[in-house]
Amino acid sequence: MKGRDEIAQALAASGYIADADLATAISLMQLLRRPLLLEGEAGVGKTEVAKALAKVHATELIRLQCYEGLDQSSALYEWNYQRQLLAIQAHRGSDSIEDQVFSQKYLLERPLLAAIRRPKAPVLLIDEIDRADDEFEAFLLELLSDFQVSIPELGTIPAITIPHVVLTSNGTRELSDALRRRCLYHYVDYPDVDRETRIILARVIGASPSLSLQIARLVEGIRKEELRKVPGIAETLDWAAALVGLDITDLHDAPETVHETLICLLKTHEDRARVTPEVTQRLLGRVA
Amino acid sequence: MSCCGSSPGYDDLDAVSRLVSAKVAAFLRTLRDAGFRVGLAEGQDAATLMSAGFAARPNLLRAAFKHLFSARKADWDKFDGLFDAFWLGKRVRSRSRTVGSSQGANSPSLKGLQDKSAEQGGSQAVADQVPSSDDAPEAGSGEGRMEGASRTDNLADVDFRKLGDPDLVTQAHEAAAQLAKAMRTRLTRRDLARRRGYRLDLRRTIHRNISHGGVPISLVKRQRKDKPLRLVVLLDASGSMSMYTSVFLRFIHGVLDQFREAEAFLFHTRLAYVSDAMKEKDAGRALDRLSIMAQGAGGGTKIGESLQTFNRWHAARVIHSRSCVMIVSDGYETGDAALLGREMAALHRRCRRIVWLNPMMAWEGYTPEARGIKAALPHVDLYAPANSLQSLRALEPYLAKL
Repeated sequence: MKGRDEIAQALAASGYIADADLATAISLMQLLRRPLLLEGEAGVGKTEVAKALAKVHATELIRLQCYEGLDQSSALYEWNYQRQLLAIQAHRGSDSIEDQVFSQKYLLERPLLAAIRRPKAPVLLIDEIDRADDEFEAFLLELLSDFQVSIPELGTIPAITIPHVVLTSNGTRELSDALRRRCLYHYVDYPDVDRETRIILARVIGASPSLSLQIARLVEGIRKEELRKVPGIAETLDWAAALVGLDITDLHDAPETVHETLICLLKTHEDRARVTPEVTQRLLGRVA
Repeated sequence: MSCCGSSPGYDDLDAVSRLVSAKVAAFLRTLRDAGFRVGLAEGQDAATLMSAGFAARPNLLRAAFKHLFSARKADWDKFDGLFDAFWLGKRVRSRSRTVGSSQGANSPSLKGLQDKSAEQGGSQAVADQVPSSDDAPEAGSGEGRMEGASRTDNLADVDFRKLGDPDLVTQAHEAAAQLAKAMRTRLTRRDLARRRGYRLDLRRTIHRNISHGGVPISLVKRQRKDKPLRLVVLLDASGSMSMYTSVFLRFIHGVLDQFREAEAFLFHTRLAYVSDAMKEKDAGRALDRLSIMAQGAGGGTKIGESLQTFNRWHAARVIHSRSCVMIVSDGYETGDAALLGREMAALHRRCRRIVWLNPMMAWEGYTPEARGIKAALPHVDLYAPANSLQSLRALEPYLAKL
């Protein structure tokens, strides 16, 4: 097992600045072979964790985006019906055609089946699990505990490798205790100024340390305002890229541009109206 | 070799590991007492961590245990304190456990509470905006939205408070039941429309048509499980709502009768489960039973505590992801408004939508100033007036969309 410092460094090398807690969680994932459940507000970088993890392990990222009504055939496997029909037509009258068309050759892998059938363990990202139905959650529980799949026509397909599973949830629906208990839990919060500065530096080409620090401080101030939609890290990065693109090196030099470019951070009409030029000025005042 | 001075013998190691196991087990008990849901598998993993060298580094162990034992944000937030208290002997500020202790104090005499809260000016806040029930119908002080309209006796527009005439009340009751029925019919129609669009079940189709040489003669449609919307109604039966309670009781009766899945609760200073009482086919009898359950209320409204009881004891059973919770209340909270906010947030995470119906909302000049409603509003998906049949009908398309 890699130590958490090594993991934090490896994540940083792949562009994800993790805090010590998250590095511990990832080292535990490997030690205990449990899925990692990441919960937190939208935009705090939950999905990015899985992407970075795939880079660290130099392996494939298989993503299952959950939505209401997601069922087994979209998540697990499906038969290739067109090819099956063609094969049946071509071998009309053959007795063994039924066995043939329900063989691996005609099986279409969907993310979950793909994840357990890869020769090298991939990272399986089950994104926004809270959007899926209760039934799907229960089904997932079975898959995640046994890592094998039953296909009526083929029998049981065991896992070749056990994937590194990351689940994310925005907390829009309460997940079942059974699922929570199977997972390691990590709450992803908005980053502090220091971490956000490092994230900007790592991700935005051309951002200077002093500008990155100013941006991180101002975003921290904005998050404390009463907003309907608090800006996440992706928004911060957009804004930083916009400022760098406009050749701004110090926020105090161009308060008007700063205010105008806040559209990168504020995504609702009310929030835009709430952060007036005066508010921007006040926030800028706190940014040393 | 085993007798070398400092290295512990087999028995010593055994004793140490037993000691550690006992300590971990005690910690698990502490966590369970604090509301963590920790099972045997977590206990085994904790032992694995202890033997993997985590025990020597308290900070690392705390972080590892935190990920292992927490399952939700609430656990996450209180874990460090519990860990430090147990393993490092630090003092943490004790948090009073919920439920139980406060409940006894609430229940004994509703009448007594009513009097007490009246004395304490508990209803003072109510009086700020709500005219007293006696003079309301004739007050004519411009508080009803329909005040300016001509007296056409269009029942749909009449504020429930003004329904003094028994005939009108009966009509209102009938209309409320019809509305509940309409909501249900609308939903069913929608279900059917959706069903027409269902895809073929190609796997079954192919299985069935192999004997036809693969020509899909007999088609199998994918059957989708019917998942009805569940409506959970929480009706405020406190004094400030007394003018509206009877109409809403009738409405709830209609809802329970018409919806395939519906549950109802009443609350004032405590929460009462009334679905069973309302499932009486005879509307009159059902209302009698309910009126008895709602009686004696009127002394303050503890919405937060009632919701806490609901979340703690009923939510897991009556709420699933296709549930819409409908709270009918004026939002005058005489208890802890912050608690109300917290419980609303918890409720909102569980269900699909929260609809808050406020009869006072249609009043001219009404603004949600009461502490309770202010704390609750951020967690409400639809905040609507419900003082007349018209306003209830306006909800239909919204409910049909759920």
